[in-house]
Amino acid sequence: MHGRIRTWGPGALVLLPTVLLLGYFVYGLIAWSFNTSLTNRHTARKGPADYVGFENYGHLFSEDRFLNSLKNLGVLTVAFIVGTLVFGLLWALLLEKGVPGESIFRSIYLFPMAISMIASGVVWGWLLNPSTGDDARGLNRLFEILHLHFLENPWWTAGSRWTTMASIALPAVWQMSGYIMALFLAGFRGIPPELREAARVDGASEFKLYRHVLFPQLSPIALSALIILGHISLKLFDLIYAITGPNQFRTEVPAILMWNTLLRSDQAKAAAIGIVMLAVVAVLVIPYLAWTVRQETEE
Amino acid sequence: MSADTAAATGHAAAAIRQKPGRGAIADGSTRRSRTVRYVLLLLFLLFVLIPVYVVLITSFKTSGDTTAASQWSFPKTWTLDPWRKAWDVLQPYMIRSLSLAIPAAIISSMIGSVNGFVLARWRFPGANIVFAFILFGMFIPYQAVMLPLRTTFTELDVTRGVPTLIVAHCIYGIPICTLIFRNYYATIVPNEIIESARVDGAGLIQTYARIILPISISGFVVTLIWQFTSVWNDFLFALFLTQQNNGPVTLGLAALAGGQKVDYAASMAGALITSFPTLIVYILLGRWFIGGLMAGALKG
Repeated sequence: MHGRIRTWGPGALVLLPTVLLLGYFVYGLIAWSFNTSLTNRHTARKGPADYVGFENYGHLFSEDRFLNSLKNLGVLTVAFIVGTLVFGLLWALLLEKGVPGESIFRSIYLFPMAISMIASGVVWGWLLNPSTGDDARGLNRLFEILHLHFLENPWWTAGSRWTTMASIALPAVWQMSGYIMALFLAGFRGIPPELREAARVDGASEFKLYRHVLFPQLSPIALSALIILGHISLKLFDLIYAITGPNQFRTEVPAILMWNTLLRSDQAKAAAIGIVMLAVVAVLVIPYLAWTVRQETEE
Repeated sequence: MSADTAAATGHAAAAIRQKPGRGAIADGSTRRSRTVRYVLLLLFLLFVLIPVYVVLITSFKTSGDTTAASQWSFPKTWTLDPWRKAWDVLQPYMIRSLSLAIPAAIISSMIGSVNGFVLARWRFPGANIVFAFILFGMFIPYQAVMLPLRTTFTELDVTRGVPTLIVAHCIYGIPICTLIFRNYYATIVPNEIIESARVDGAGLIQTYARIILPISISGFVVTLIWQFTSVWNDFLFALFLTQQNNGPVTLGLAALAGGQKVDYAASMAGALITSFPTLIVYILLGRWFIGGLMAGALKG
């Protein structure tokens, strides 16, 4: 026993600081947030607060503003995921057979990833200017110049939730599509060439080759892409903050609402929103983590 | 992680750069389909580059030149004034961001390297559980910890500003750095080497310093880029944990481009100025940047 501890003891010891740090800053603080969310601490004042159980959560889910932010998030997530997957997969498909200048295409498609969402939001906020007609600015002005008047629209100031949130998703799609392209491209390149050849020898058409041979190979990548994008979408904050400002009901998502709630020093409610966001992530990510870790152990 | 995602750290990046296999080339695609493909690729290139064009031309315009009608045309007179104005505002923020992102990237990379080594090649009972415990920290929405985090820093009476942000970014950067290094060591360091070092009586520290550290350079490049970029681009922590007058460059840009009367030319110049450091990293170290992205395939 003593000998075994000598062999693995140092390893455990090395990880101890990390475990303690994350134990406090991740798990401890989550517990702290949860605890706050069960109280009636609705001001910045210190001192004892009373426990009110799940009252704050009850209030949240009966409050129009919070439900609005959830719906916005849902629509944003769908628009963002669909847009990014379509562009990313399309680009990967166009590139995967190799074209002259491939690395240039790849680099340019990917570069928005390197830019902060604040910088990108500043630029896109300007491009998505809602004025139309003679006064059109930004993208609308470009459509005006190209005589594509039907494309002009009031973007995020539009009436419908779908147009509003799709306008917010557009810059996010612009930023993240290259990433998804890179994921899928790596996937395509990882498929052994023999598989394609075998399918061609068997007389499969290009379409059937992709449909039945190549795409199934990419499904693990598609799953990670889905998880990553869903996760990014939930965290989108900077982009909305920069494009519309934090005080727009029509583009408010839980991350923004939490910030607004905190500005009013309503700590208990802000904490409750944070915990709801965590719950959404946990539902998505824990099964995925468990699945990948299990796969790993099997390997 | 699943072989297709994060374990691919360096390999996926290499895979992208690989020439497509024979099967892909001999696809019998006609010249026309190749032309169509090329045209589409160029169109999408336009979509990606359109914002770049507007930003660039606007940043050289005089304030009277940013009217609706002239938004997409070249500047009537080229001027550097917007750049000067943006730089005057942003300069202190840039310095703060540099003094924040560089140490934060280095410290979290070093911790990640040691952790990754232990989790990949110096395992102990329950190492998998510890790994999952660490990994989860990567996924949490920071909103769930932000409020008490702020309180903690206030109670510790840490100067709100660069030092606070360094600590926060280091801690929350540990999971991704650990993951990247763990996968890196799991693929490039054969277990036999570690075993024979152990047989020769080398301890953990010796093994790490003599065998692991010297071959860790490309792992470090990936985590350093990843951390530098995400710390530089962070806005959430900056907003929650610092004030305008001691915050990093994202706060500076938000201030420059926000407010009642926005100077568009200066905002665009500012967006460019604040993006330069990460763009330079991307251009110079692009292939490792992709490696980082692949490693982050589990993060997001």
